Amino acid sequence: MTNIKTGMGPETTSIETARQKEGPFKRMLKLQAFQIFIVLIVLVLIFSALAPESFATLSNLRLVVQNASILAVLGVGMTYVIITSGIDLSIGSVLVFSGVVSALTMRAIGGDDWGTAAIGVVVSIVVGLAWGIFNGVLISKAKVPPLIVTLGSLGMALGLAQILTGGVDVRDVPSVLTTTIGYGNILGGIPVISVIALVVVVIGALVLHYTKFGLYTYAVGSSEEAARRVGVKVDQHLIRVYAISGGLAGLAGVMSLSQFSTTAIAGQSQTNLNVIAAVVIGGTSLFGGYGTIFGTVVGLFIPAVLQNGFVITGIQPFWQQVAVGAVLIVAVYIDQVRRAAAARGQSTNLWRRLVSRKSE
Amino acid sequence: MTTPVLEARGLSRAFGHVLALDDADFEVYPGEVTALIGDNGAGKSTLVKALSGNLAVDSGEIKFAGEPIQLTSPTQASALGIETVYQDLALAPHLDPVQNMYLGRELMRGGLGGAVGLMNVNEMRSQSRVAFDELGATVRSLTTPVGSMSGGQRQAVAIARAVHWANKVVFLDEPTAALGVRQTKNVLETIRRVRDKGIAVVFISHSMPHVMEVSDRVQVLRLGHRAAVLDAKHTNMEELVGLMTGASTKGAA
Repeated sequence: MTNIKTGMGPETTSIETARQKEGPFKRMLKLQAFQIFIVLIVLVLIFSALAPESFATLSNLRLVVQNASILAVLGVGMTYVIITSGIDLSIGSVLVFSGVVSALTMRAIGGDDWGTAAIGVVVSIVVGLAWGIFNGVLISKAKVPPLIVTLGSLGMALGLAQILTGGVDVRDVPSVLTTTIGYGNILGGIPVISVIALVVVVIGALVLHYTKFGLYTYAVGSSEEAARRVGVKVDQHLIRVYAISGGLAGLAGVMSLSQFSTTAIAGQSQTNLNVIAAVVIGGTSLFGGYGTIFGTVVGLFIPAVLQNGFVITGIQPFWQQVAVGAVLIVAVYIDQVRRAAAARGQSTNLWRRLVSRKSE
Repeated sequence: MTTPVLEARGLSRAFGHVLALDDADFEVYPGEVTALIGDNGAGKSTLVKALSGNLAVDSGEIKFAGEPIQLTSPTQASALGIETVYQDLALAPHLDPVQNMYLGRELMRGGLGGAVGLMNVNEMRSQSRVAFDELGATVRSLTTPVGSMSGGQRQAVAIARAVHWANKVVFLDEPTAALGVRQTKNVLETIRRVRDKGIAVVFISHSMPHVMEVSDRVQVLRLGHRAAVLDAKHTNMEELVGLMTGASTKGAA
């Protein structure tokens, strides 16, 4: 304790207010999400320089954004889950299962109008919610670790989807869905699917950062015990968080149906890992208590831009997996350094820390 | 003599074969610092848990302001104005002091904003600042996560939170155990200030000098039973240690 050195001088009786004045801009600079954002900008600049004719075009940007939309919806739910120090491996399978049930329901009703489509949308979200609640109850009440519960529901949801369809993809998707949500545009070229994703992202971010629900999400991930002792209903909150993740997977199920006009049962086996990677790259701590939706969105675009850029510049796209893997490990390393520094009460500014480390 | 604000009569609680509390009595008076001392395993923590709604007892009665009550949850104790600062402080390390202060008791915005869950962050911040200032707490920043603060600052946040919400009784479980010289002085001063507001303070400590310095009344627990109640002004360290270890006994309660 440094006070030994300074002796028993006069007490600091007021709160130092200088740090309060630290503007939102300066605080933003310190965010890991923002540092990752700079990496993303650099990537975009490099690819733009290498292929100005093909990469840096509006239509290519549109393609990248459109491809990331479904993952962004899933990423919002995953960010909440990981902030509670949980994990949800089941989202890809829940997406497929919700899509299958929705497609079968719409086929059974028949018709190609908005009435049928609306029922399909609702069914998909409700089915997703049900899986989320199933996960949440087992995790919070039965105390089975999230990794195991959602690994179990990953298998169950995928298996049941295959049982329901006999392993054959359902391809009867009402054309009102495919022409609007699937590949429709509004405002002269903005994909509808991306607008939906943007709405989910914005609402997700506002709720996480400004509401009591968001605060409790951080509190539960930070210290479940501390939250419980002040009367936060931790079990209930966890169930809600997993329900959000499931419900968003249900919504993503409809979006996927609309975009691809098929249930694509086999197409989502990597989705969960891609989304988790994006959330972690975006600076959300796997140990809970820390993270942002903004980071997740940036974390989604790094793999997306790499993939797109490698294809355009003629590098074997397989390099994307290698690069994303490396970025993922670096992101978690940075989180570790930050957490260790925070635990020692040091500056959590990464740049300053790395520099000071070298100069030691 | 005034009515004790919180009173325990004949509390017993067994954990398997271990009798942690054996017909223990305890009482605290408003505007007084009551020290609760005892050797390791004497039942101090068990007694505090029972009186703060964290633990059910096997038998015995708890009275609040003279009325028998059933304490079943910490939330219920909080509602009565009883707060506890645990040894592990029970703060959420990623949240800042204001968020910790109001966790579970957030001030919401009025109207539509509050209905959708928006919090009145400015009001909580300014009230927290007042609360910290009142305690002379050396909380350096209201926006830094408490996890990155020093032990003394974290302690200050935890104590300020308890004092902010308690209007009847504050339990402090070993509040000086991990602190440096100055922080300890701060905590002891805080205890006096809280007492002067008319709140009953229960101070659990192994440090006899601190106990002698700050308390008005000393209650000694030994083997789950109250061994003695002493006026802090008319006792000395040798006597307290003797009572704690069982080397001496005194007209026990």
